[in-house]
Amino acid sequence: MEKILEMRNICKSYYGNQVLTNVNLDLFPGEIHSLVGENGSGKSTLMNILFGMPVIQNTGGFEGEIIFEGKPVIIDSPRKAMELGIGMVHQEFMLLPGFTITENIKLNREITKKNFLSRIFGKSLETLDIPRMRKDARKALDTVGMTTLDEWIPVAGLPVAYKQFVEIAREIDKKNLKILVLDEPTAVLSESEVKGFLEVVRFLSKEGIAILFISHRLSEVLEVSDRVTILRDGFVVDHGPISSFNAISIAEKMVGRKVEILELPKRGKNLDETDVIMSINDLHVLMPGEMVKGFDIDIIRGEILGIGGLAGQGKLGIANGIAGLFPSNGSVYFEDEPFQLNNPGFALNKGIVYLSEDRRGVGLLLDESVEINITATAIQAYGEFMKWLLFLKIYDKKAIRQHAIKMIKELDIRCKSPSQPVRRLSGGNQQKVCLARAFTLKPKILFVSEPTRGIDVGAKKLVLDYLVKMNREKGITIVMTSSELAELRSICDRIAIVSEGKPSAILKPTDSDAEFGMAMAGKFQEVIMGER
Amino acid sequence: MVKIKNILLSNIVPIVFVVLCVSAIIIADIPINFLVVEIITRITRNSFLVLSLLIPVVAGLGLNFGIVLGAMAGQAAMFFAIDWGMSGVTGLIISCLLATVIAILLGFLSGLLLNRAKGKEMITSMILGFFANGVYQLFFLFFIGSIIPFSTKTMLLPDGVGLRNTVDLWGTLEGVLNNIWIIRMGQYGMIRLYMVPLIIIIVLCLFIFFLFKTKLGQDMRAVGQDMYSSEVAGIDVDKVRIIAVILSTVLAAIGQIIYLQDIGTINTYNSHEQVGLFSIAALLVGGATTRKASIWNAIIGVILFHTLFIVAPSAGNKLFGQPQIGEYFREFIAYAVIAFALAMHGLETKKSMAIQKAK
Repeated sequence: MEKILEMRNICKSYYGNQVLTNVNLDLFPGEIHSLVGENGSGKSTLMNILFGMPVIQNTGGFEGEIIFEGKPVIIDSPRKAMELGIGMVHQEFMLLPGFTITENIKLNREITKKNFLSRIFGKSLETLDIPRMRKDARKALDTVGMTTLDEWIPVAGLPVAYKQFVEIAREIDKKNLKILVLDEPTAVLSESEVKGFLEVVRFLSKEGIAILFISHRLSEVLEVSDRVTILRDGFVVDHGPISSFNAISIAEKMVGRKVEILELPKRGKNLDETDVIMSINDLHVLMPGEMVKGFDIDIIRGEILGIGGLAGQGKLGIANGIAGLFPSNGSVYFEDEPFQLNNPGFALNKGIVYLSEDRRGVGLLLDESVEINITATAIQAYGEFMKWLLFLKIYDKKAIRQHAIKMIKELDIRCKSPSQPVRRLSGGNQQKVCLARAFTLKPKILFVSEPTRGIDVGAKKLVLDYLVKMNREKGITIVMTSSELAELRSICDRIAIVSEGKPSAILKPTDSDAEFGMAMAGKFQEVIMGER
Repeated sequence: MVKIKNILLSNIVPIVFVVLCVSAIIIADIPINFLVVEIITRITRNSFLVLSLLIPVVAGLGLNFGIVLGAMAGQAAMFFAIDWGMSGVTGLIISCLLATVIAILLGFLSGLLLNRAKGKEMITSMILGFFANGVYQLFFLFFIGSIIPFSTKTMLLPDGVGLRNTVDLWGTLEGVLNNIWIIRMGQYGMIRLYMVPLIIIIVLCLFIFFLFKTKLGQDMRAVGQDMYSSEVAGIDVDKVRIIAVILSTVLAAIGQIIYLQDIGTINTYNSHEQVGLFSIAALLVGGATTRKASIWNAIIGVILFHTLFIVAPSAGNKLFGQPQIGEYFREFIAYAVIAFALAMHGLETKKSMAIQKAK
């Protein structure tokens, strides 16, 4: 069979940041070809290239060639891609909320009829033929199994799953459709909806449409696809028929780093258990949903302390209380001096830095650039990155840029440039920006909450590695709060488990699962007592 | 209950104006006959201009303060038509044709500019209007009679360079359209319906209605909702926006000609200035927003806004013994309405951004 599409040696960089390197991809008519990779591995960029999205042209185009039905083609606009018969269901919906389903399905492909004005002024003044448009839309909706959905209601207010199906209906309504790109179509669907969706995908492939399927859910990929191509960091690491892969081998290739307990680097000198950097006694924090009701612990200089526990038991409240974000009381000593609670400025000035679990709300200035986010707190709290210009104190832009570039490199923050707004970054990269900002402050203690929430596996590992690295090299004491026990056990020296706002146990990472389980359930003390 | 409340809230501006108008009419104790005559005059005079604003709103450009450029084109065309010795219907048609040509050019240029200022079209078009006013003054104050030959010396300033402050259209273009067909109604035939301008306005309404049933209109609606999605769907967004601006400018030029033939004199350096402001205020009073406007908004807006214009001085006189207060009041209202609409626009944008963020 002849290939319908070949993408050869595709390279693409955003502002000097190489995101795709010599990527090859081919596609046969009627096959379902999965494209898998972590966030930021280049899948979406590759598809944007195939679809001629404006973002590619606006950033300097790409290298390599696209061969469609045996002929080299230049796809420089979505219109061109559509003319060739390439359809795409985008990750973010491309639906106009104020239009009806029919108008959306027929967007820019409206059926028109002639009238007297169009005879004079040309095709663009032809009247829309609504009944025929509705008929076509109906047929497309029926094909994707949406037989009960009225084709003349506005898209605004439809459930997300329905919108997804409307998007697909729009693509298959294109009579010349030969390739359909589905960019993470199942991310917003529930399990039962996914089932129906995959059936539609199979049906379309039987009709001879080649399907490029992008998904994070490996079970779907294994279930539906004929072949798979795995991307990592902009390279194709493997490809072949799906039968030669299983979930574990795909996952390994995607991540490229073994997912297992880390071999932690040794400390220069061992921890001195009598050297307490912060002593917390009877801490109460009024944080709604995460109340702390009398927490005590001595934090040892240079350690990584984990705080774990079930949701709502108060583990998040501790760091928020110390940082002064929620009303709290108790007696806390920092380096043997009394520590003022309820005073964020005091904490910062003492070198106690807090990285919130709510990074989009509290942690980041979303519309500011990466470099400003990295340096903002240092500028604000310590007056760093400033210089004198005559009698004015101004930002030292050069120093800011230098520092930002250094941090971007060190933390592997994938951004187009230091001046890119952080809103546009993926979750993992936003978290790295938060870390960069925290370490710019040269903290004595870093409180970090849920550092890996909502970011993908690769970024997770990098974040944890960096925390360990800073702890070992700079001797920064780290208190990490996390709901993922596995991640606490992988890097912490001690783990305090919180239950009902109180410490229920302080465990070593090597303690058994059973002990952790009991501690989380708040039963630890009782069991120990019982054994005696 | 909630539904009724929502309907009332979303139409709060027209409702407030109905209340204002009715109370002003009662206070001023204005004879109904007089009021009807005045309102009909204003409808024939102003509707066309207000309608010219609709297309850019639908195409997502917001309120086109740039219709001032169209008004300038209309006036300029009329000056030249008169100078070439045209009068009557021929003169008017020539004016319209010439105005259309100038307006297409100006509309194209402002379309290009507005495409570079996406998201800030309203302030850009407003400032563009001020800038164009400067060019207009330079042209008609210094170039006419010096660089550009102008034979009708009576229209020029005493030293032969620059147009006079007012140009009288009597005997040339005054009332040309109005006088073709007049239907008299009411007592002593006091209420005069100028049929031709009214028919032209109806035709324009039908055209706008028709436009939004065509492919081009559908593209405009799509671009107005979401430029990015439209572009991905293969619509040439920039082109559609330029067409919308050109149409608006051309309609404004013709609208200004209809307006001036009714008034009878051209206030050379002022007539066009208030056009943008008052047309936009009228449209907003009719219940339109920066994102949504219909033919009905335009018509209702013209009626309400100008009713207040007519009765406000008398009401001011009755209440405070000074017509000046009423005069001041209507100016104040025009700006207040626009400020209110823009604030609502800002609020809505913020809200929709918050919703997107929540997603």
